[in-house]
Amino acid sequence: MSRMVMAYERPNGEIGIRNHLLIIPTVICSNQVCSRIMQMVPGTVAIPHQHGCSQIGADKTRTFEVLAGTGKNPNVGAVIIISLGCEVVDPIALAEEIRKTGKPVEVFDIQSIGGSVKAIAYGTELAKRMMAELEKQEKVPVPLNKLKVAVKCGGSDATSGLASNPALGAAADSLIAEGGSIVIGETTEIIGAEHLLAERCVTSEISDRLYYMVSRFDKEVERMGADMRGGNPSPGNIAGGLSTIEEKSLGCISKCGKAPIKGVIEYAESIPEHGLYFMDSPGNDIECVSGMAAGGAHIVCFTTGRGTPTGAAVVPVIKITGNKMTFQKMEDNMDVDVSDMLDGTASLERAGERVWQEIVEVAEGKWTKAEVLGHQEFSINRIGPSL
Amino acid sequence: MEHRIETGADALYMDERDHVATALRDMQAGESIHYRNAAGLQMITLAEPIPFGHKVAVADIAFGQDVRKYGEVIGRAVNSIALGCHVHVHNIEGIRGRGDLGTKEAAQ
Repeated sequence: MSRMVMAYERPNGEIGIRNHLLIIPTVICSNQVCSRIMQMVPGTVAIPHQHGCSQIGADKTRTFEVLAGTGKNPNVGAVIIISLGCEVVDPIALAEEIRKTGKPVEVFDIQSIGGSVKAIAYGTELAKRMMAELEKQEKVPVPLNKLKVAVKCGGSDATSGLASNPALGAAADSLIAEGGSIVIGETTEIIGAEHLLAERCVTSEISDRLYYMVSRFDKEVERMGADMRGGNPSPGNIAGGLSTIEEKSLGCISKCGKAPIKGVIEYAESIPEHGLYFMDSPGNDIECVSGMAAGGAHIVCFTTGRGTPTGAAVVPVIKITGNKMTFQKMEDNMDVDVSDMLDGTASLERAGERVWQEIVEVAEGKWTKAEVLGHQEFSINRIGPSL
Repeated sequence: MEHRIETGADALYMDERDHVATALRDMQAGESIHYRNAAGLQMITLAEPIPFGHKVAVADIAFGQDVRKYGEVIGRAVNSIALGCHVHVHNIEGIRGRGDLGTKEAAQ
């Protein structure tokens, strides 16, 4: 029997740990209307982005999947889709896809309604009504084994591999033991360490798929004709003591704990229940976090050495550091300090327990520092040119 | 990899196969510092300053040799590196993610 926490129950049986009214622009042209409605109706979340037009093929599909996945994320209680009226992302298909979860979805376009002012007025009325409905929903006891947590690192330094990532790994093992899901991504940041993850895949098909995803990235780097170093590891990583992508990767992978890898999924693909999964994704912080949220993660646990303010539109981001200086300097952005691991005063188990405790509290409603500060970053990974 | 950090060391040595230890504080050239391996507390003298989080060679590393941390290969030495020296981007290079090497070969 799984431990119970208080959260929202969705019509499709998923659990939500937040209850957002999400405003999705299908295209960059709708951004301003969406942002204005968010300003008018406190508590709504808009996700302005640069995409939705002049895209084709897999690149267009990826944008659609990230927007649909973000709408389907169980932390979202209801959705308003605002289209311009002539873009490549089909707003009706997007609404249909999100409605499969059973949550309310409204959709309208700026061209039909007659311009920005009318669209903002109409959307504001709609948002007020939908917010009032959402606020009637109450939390109920739900099993913690339905929780899906993404693990990510960014602004890494040498303390990431030595302290914060192993501590997060220990917490990840606690969630897996509870029956929940962990997803790790950042294909670029397992380069040089992929053999260690591959040997933990439960079948040879899954490990082959993992190697395939790494080789896809390798080929892109070859096509660019560049040394990854300087881009990844970044100048900040290098200043923090990390010399090569291999060193960074070997420090990165400990954040997912020690469980077997039950599957390898594409960017923004739905994260299965119960166990550890790998999501193909870039190391770029916001693109990766947005892909994980679109896959249905409830929480992102984010380790950092250099420090970062990163938050996300529909998921709380818990920031964990093993660098004492960074915790002191950027305390308004940092949630958990595990720097006492480095001088041996805190064991890995104790630091892991601290992270696990934070995950449970955030699942029950405690705000992360990123939420307190209103961080709502959102970014869609692109794989094709603008036409 | 057993992850166990004990008190009383200035630098962290992660695995018995490693050539490097990671500085837990800013350390000065000429300082004698301690790290812990399976045999117990070891002392080395630093040839160069090592900033917090950076790596010090705990063994002589030959030119072209694979360099290990966490027991795994993190890159290759592009110079010979003496015990007590700073190990970083100036004397080791990554082996993976090197799209530039194909470009250089194509240009030759």
